[in-house]
Amino acid sequence: MKRIKYFTNGILDENPVFRLVLGTCPTLAITTAAMNGIAMGVATTFVLICSNLVISALRKVIPDNVRIPAFVVIIASFVTIVDMMMHAFTPAMYKTLGIYIPLIVVNCIIMGRAEGFAYSHGVVDSILDGAGMGVGFTIADTFIGCVRELLGAGTIFGVHIMSAGYQPALIFILAPGAFLTYGILMAILNQIGISRKRAKAKEEEKIAAGSEVVTE
Amino acid sequence: MRIFTILIAGVFVNNFLLSKFLGICSFLGVSKKVDTSIGMGIAVIFVMTLASAITYIIQYGILTRFGLEYLQTIAFILVVAALVQLVEMFIKKSSMSLYQALGIYLPLITTNCAVLGVCTLNIQNSYNFIESVVNGAAGGIGYTLAIILMAAIRERAEVSDVPEALQGFPITMIAASLMAISFLGFSGML
Repeated sequence: MKRIKYFTNGILDENPVFRLVLGTCPTLAITTAAMNGIAMGVATTFVLICSNLVISALRKVIPDNVRIPAFVVIIASFVTIVDMMMHAFTPAMYKTLGIYIPLIVVNCIIMGRAEGFAYSHGVVDSILDGAGMGVGFTIADTFIGCVRELLGAGTIFGVHIMSAGYQPALIFILAPGAFLTYGILMAILNQIGISRKRAKAKEEEKIAAGSEVVTE
Repeated sequence: MRIFTILIAGVFVNNFLLSKFLGICSFLGVSKKVDTSIGMGIAVIFVMTLASAITYIIQYGILTRFGLEYLQTIAFILVVAALVQLVEMFIKKSSMSLYQALGIYLPLITTNCAVLGVCTLNIQNSYNFIESVVNGAAGGIGYTLAIILMAAIRERAEVSDVPEALQGFPITMIAASLMAISFLGFSGML
């Protein structure tokens, strides 16, 4: 049961995109369409799981002083594998994502999980953590991609959603739209969190007031 | 003429932060005060220019010559990490005051995707040596320009009345979006 928590942690409580605000560069850059979000998410998830696995397996072998360079080399190897695989099997997507595939190396989510989780936890836990974080990243990127694609082109996954009379707001596909969508979605999530907290506080107040009445 | 075009494109039109989204982590993390963002900007200009020069030499001197292009990512990230370490040691020896001013920001540059990004872009666009160095410097200058502007905006936003849900990252993102819109205006320059 505790193990499942490691997996769900990355999807909800510590969602890398909306909660930890890590890996913002690829999130902003490639979410011009929903499909790109999925592709980037899958690539990042693969690297996350593999690097977490290897780093946690080697955590007793890697000396403390040189752990960062060691992490970088392990991560870079898996990124190279992803790069070559995508080049061979999905050339169109490889071209769309372009420079952002090799840049998975410097995605702070991967380095953060290596340093913060895999280096101090067992292999199975680390794999679950990597998978959870990866899925959380994929869901968030795909969601942002859906919103931007819908507003900027009137489609989701290439399927027309808006009626024919809809004039696409091109700005959402361009650079400013990325910042705007991300900021507003984060604000909406914050607002949900705040109103939940308020409702909880009110309920507790009510309970506290109720118990006071009883004691009186 | 081509070099001038690369310079203008790097600083304004294809600004690394606002149109290519490279180096956003440090852009959001360090842009709270104008002083510190100036320090960070100078360090980034320095490292990006040097990294462009060195990775160019490594790419064409070693990797292409021996058919090892697939090692590009691994080689470049190691070069950047080693370079940052070297720059840190050099500055520490030569100018203590600059070292103290940059201090914590230097190690951060290793994970700054703008540095690795500019090296990869130089190779992708098959720039020659001088063009690569100019592109690196231009990218760094554009980064500095954007981060200083952002820090100034955030210093103002700190004292203004922002709705609770928008505080922190969301309002910064929206400010960045407005800045990106204004930088779109530069695209007519080329």
